[in-house]
Amino acid sequence: MIASRDKAPEREDIESLLPWHAAGTLSRRDSERVEQALAQDAELARRFELVREEMVETIHLNETLGVPSARAAQRLFAAIESEQQQAPKRATSFDLGGWLAGLVESFSPRTLAWAGTAAAVAIVIQAGLLAGVFLKDRQAGYQTASRNEPAITASSTQGSFALVRFNPAASAADLTRFFDEHKASLVEGPRAGGIYRIRVSSNNLGKDDLAKLVARMAEDKNVVAFIVPSQ
Amino acid sequence: MQATSDEALISRIAAGDKLAMQVLYARHHVRVYRFVLRIVGNSSVAEDLISEVFLDVWRQAGKFEARSAASTWMLAIARFKALSAMRRKPEEELDDDMAGAIEDPSDDPEVVAQKKDKSEILRKCLTALSPDHREIIDLVYYHEKSVEEVAGIVGIPEATVKTRMFYARKKLSELLKAAGVDRGWP
Repeated sequence: MIASRDKAPEREDIESLLPWHAAGTLSRRDSERVEQALAQDAELARRFELVREEMVETIHLNETLGVPSARAAQRLFAAIESEQQQAPKRATSFDLGGWLAGLVESFSPRTLAWAGTAAAVAIVIQAGLLAGVFLKDRQAGYQTASRNEPAITASSTQGSFALVRFNPAASAADLTRFFDEHKASLVEGPRAGGIYRIRVSSNNLGKDDLAKLVARMAEDKNVVAFIVPSQ
Repeated sequence: MQATSDEALISRIAAGDKLAMQVLYARHHVRVYRFVLRIVGNSSVAEDLISEVFLDVWRQAGKFEARSAASTWMLAIARFKALSAMRRKPEEELDDDMAGAIEDPSDDPEVVAQKKDKSEILRKCLTALSPDHREIIDLVYYHEKSVEEVAGIVGIPEATVKTRMFYARKKLSELLKAAGVDRGWP
């Protein structure tokens, strides 16, 4: 009984860290403390699943908020242009490599700690494969974009989208087949919880059509652990 | 391939590199926009504000000391501007369409309970949280901010960040229970 009381503050402390553990933003030391506690405490593990549900739906909710129009960028860069004309500064050339590298940064699987080592390794492999798919898509987007408007805006807003978490056991071949069969491409990710945003159609599908398409994709259990429509 | 860090981009922006600014904007504008939109509830106002946020980044890049992540710095600027705008703008400017997208007061938890999709109920309850609770949940789950980073953005002690997150989640559970979803916690 005394031992159990002694453990209570430690358990409360661990429980307060669960949201950050799910998001992968704890220090390694705290993350290991949480992992150990989760392995020994079934109730804590159940509560961690509640946290993960909240996180997935929070991401989904935010994704449905849409994206800003090109007007915001036009206004910003017009203001910058105006300031530059008033106080000219040294211009530098555009570093395409750096630009692409910047996009790849979004694949950094810093949020994978919660998933456990085995799952993390599998998802890291997926991230590498998906980065290739993603970059191919992005390069095409850049070529067709206007000079003053960041290419990512058009590339990430045209078509129909879904949020997906891949099955950690899926192989590279499974993923390749999945993207080929569904004519899908990666737009963004991995994000918290190993969530990716994928383009499932180049057309703006209606809500029902998108739901049907996503439901078909969800049937591919070998590849898809979770999928929902997204804007 | 070595990624160009946000900090390196900001150094280039401080030197007047407009293209580095485009890269930084492309990388962060959607998240900053959504963060602002969740505060002001009006897409047009949110668009104006993100232009102002990134214009501040352009102007103040030379002062950025990299004591926090660039994204944390930008969210702190965005939060300040959004809250200032909320103090300036009357409530009638809330766009009806966006209000519907963000919060649906007519669709209270009891009505939502009739919908069997637990995920949808959870999302509805997330929108029904207070602005403070919504903000902290967004920062932790969607913007992937650590305890220390949230403290820096919101301007509260780290211990308060943890307790506010706890009470936000507790309130969420209460809303879910009222909507017929008992999670057995807290």
